[in-house]
Amino acid sequence: MAQMSLRPCGDFRTTYRQDKTIFDTRNSRVAMAIFLVFAFMGPLYLDPYQMSLAIQICYYGIAALGLNILVGFTGQISLGHAAFFGFGAFSSAWLNNTTGIPVFLTVPLAGLMTTAVGLFFGAPAARIKGLYLAIATLASQFILEDFLVRAEWFTGGSSGSPAGPVSLFGFELNNDGRYYIFALAWCVVMYILGANLMRSRDGRAFVAVRDHYLSAEVMGINLAKYRILSFGISSFFAGIGGALYAHYLGFVSAEGFTILLSIQFLGMIIIGGLGSVMGSMMGTVFMVLLPEAMKMLADGMQAMGDIPSLRDNLDFLREMSIGMAIILFLVFEPDGLAHRWRLVKSYWKLYPFSY
Amino acid sequence: MDDSAPILETRAISLGFGGVRALSDVSFRVETGEIFSIIGPNGAGKTSMLNCVSGRYKPNEGQVMFKGRDITRLTPNQRATLGLGRTFQNLALFGHMSVLDNIMVGRHHLMKNNFLTGGLYWLTGAQREESEHRRHVEDIIDFLEISHIRKAVAGTLPYGLRKRVELARAVAVRPDLILLDEPMAGMNLEEKEDMARYIVDLNEEWGMTVIMIEHDMGVVMDISHRVMVLDFGRKIADGLPDEIMSNDHVKRAYLGEDDMDEVA
Repeated sequence: MAQMSLRPCGDFRTTYRQDKTIFDTRNSRVAMAIFLVFAFMGPLYLDPYQMSLAIQICYYGIAALGLNILVGFTGQISLGHAAFFGFGAFSSAWLNNTTGIPVFLTVPLAGLMTTAVGLFFGAPAARIKGLYLAIATLASQFILEDFLVRAEWFTGGSSGSPAGPVSLFGFELNNDGRYYIFALAWCVVMYILGANLMRSRDGRAFVAVRDHYLSAEVMGINLAKYRILSFGISSFFAGIGGALYAHYLGFVSAEGFTILLSIQFLGMIIIGGLGSVMGSMMGTVFMVLLPEAMKMLADGMQAMGDIPSLRDNLDFLREMSIGMAIILFLVFEPDGLAHRWRLVKSYWKLYPFSY
Repeated sequence: MDDSAPILETRAISLGFGGVRALSDVSFRVETGEIFSIIGPNGAGKTSMLNCVSGRYKPNEGQVMFKGRDITRLTPNQRATLGLGRTFQNLALFGHMSVLDNIMVGRHHLMKNNFLTGGLYWLTGAQREESEHRRHVEDIIDFLEISHIRKAVAGTLPYGLRKRVELARAVAVRPDLILLDEPMAGMNLEEKEDMARYIVDLNEEWGMTVIMIEHDMGVVMDISHRVMVLDFGRKIADGLPDEIMSNDHVKRAYLGEDDMDEVA
C-alpha cells in the first residue's frame, strides 16, 4: 500500500508507545536535542540584534502555535489573536505592578487571565462557524483593542504601562541574553505541551471537529465544548506570548495590538502550515526573518549603486514582501513549510532513486 | 442480555420540514441481538428515521426509547456515550487524519485524558491510556482487515476501504446498537460479501444489535432477522424477511402495481 513513511528500513516499532513518539526516528530526536543545545547557547554567539530577533521568534512562536491550534487544528478562523496577545501583555504587567507577584509567576497567570477572556469571546463559536465566526472574532479584536486603550486602571490608557524585569529567586534577568534563555525555555515548554495535546484525546477531538463535525458529534464529542475550549487554549498561548513580549520590552502600549498583527499571526501559520505544530515555528521564523532578508537584499542592491526610491521605500518593501509571501504560499504551497520539509525529507530518503 | 425489553423502541415518530412530512407516526421495536433492516424506495424517510434515532434530527412528535430510557431530547454525543454508534450514507471520515486516528476518535467517550493531562503526556498517565486504547483499536483493525492502511490518510483511500474504516470507527465507540446507513452502497460483489460477513460477525461475535438501511435486497433478505418497510414516511410493513417478500403492500410500493393496474 502506498503510504509515505520516512522511517529508514529496519526501523520497526514493537510497542504502541514507540509508535506515538513526537519525533519519528532516533536521528531526528538527536538532531533536535543538538539544535536545542545550540539554541540555549545562543547568548554566546549571537550579536544583540540577532538576539532580539531570536526573542521575538520565541514569543511570537508561542502565540502562533496558539492560533494554529484554533485555526489549523480546530478549523475556526480568528481575526482577533493580536488582541488576546495584547491582553496577555497588559495582564502580566498589571499583575506585577499592582500585586507585586514576581514576573515569572505573572506570565502563566496572565495566560490564565487571557484564557478566561478567550473563553468569553469564543462563546459565539458554539453557535456560529466559518465566515460568521470570523466576523465575530473581528468584533472581539476591536472591542478588546478599545478596552486596552480606555481601561486606564488596567493598562494605563493611552500612555501605556511599564512592565517590570524578570528575576528568578533574586537572579535578575536584566540583559537580553538572560531574557532569551527565559523566553526560549517557555517556548520549548509550550511547544511540548502543544505537541502532546495534539497526540492525545482532546487534540484528536479538535481535528475531528474540523474535518467533519457531524460525525465527530456521533463519536461522542461535545461540539460546543470543544469549539469554545479551542478558543480558551489558543488564548492561553497568546497570553503567555504576550506576557513575554511585555517584559522583554519593559513597556506595553496599546497601539501595537492591531488587526495588522492578527493578520501577521495568520500569515505565520499559513506559511508554516495549518495544522502543524512545528509549522507554527517555521512560519514564525520565516515571518520574523523575511523583513531582515528584504533589508539585506535592498542593502545589497544599494551597494551596486544608489537607488533613492529603494532606500526611501524600504518600509513599504517589507510590508509588501509579507503580503507577497502569503499569496505565493497560498498558491504554490498551501500546506506550508511543514509540508515542504516533509517532501524534502522524503526526497533525501530515497536519493538518488526518487521513485 | 435481557430478552424481554427491546433495545430500541420508537413511539409514533413524526418529523416534518416545513410543509414536507418526512415521517408520519412511525413506531417500531428492535429487540436486543437483532439485525434489523429498514428498506423502502428513495425518499421514503429511511435516513430521516435513522437521524431521529442518532439524534441528528429531533422528531416533532413521538419518543425514542433506548434501553428503556427516553432519549428523544438527548444530543448525539450524549447518545454515543449511552452506547449508540452509526455510520453515514455519504462518507463522513475525518479526511486529514490517519486511519488509526480516525478509529481512535471513536474511543473518545471511553477515554479520560483531557487537554491538561494530555499536554503533560508522560506524567499523567495519558500515554498509558493511549496505548491501552490503541490495543482495542488494533483488535478492530484486525477484525476488519485494514491493518495495511493503518497509517494512511483517510481521505486518500479508495471508496470501499473508506466505508470499512468508517465501520471500524463506529465499532470503536463500543456501541450496543449500531446504525448502518447503506453500508454496501457502491460496492462490488466481493466487497459486499465482505461487508455482509463483517455485519453478521459484529452481530454474532461482538454482540451488537444492528439497524441497517440497505437497497440490496439479496443481502437484506439473507442476513436480516427482521425487516421494516417505509414508504412516503409511513411504515407499511415489518416482519420476517419471508413475510416482507410476499407482502402485497411492499410489492406495490416497490414495483408500482397501482400503475400496472391502471395500464391493464
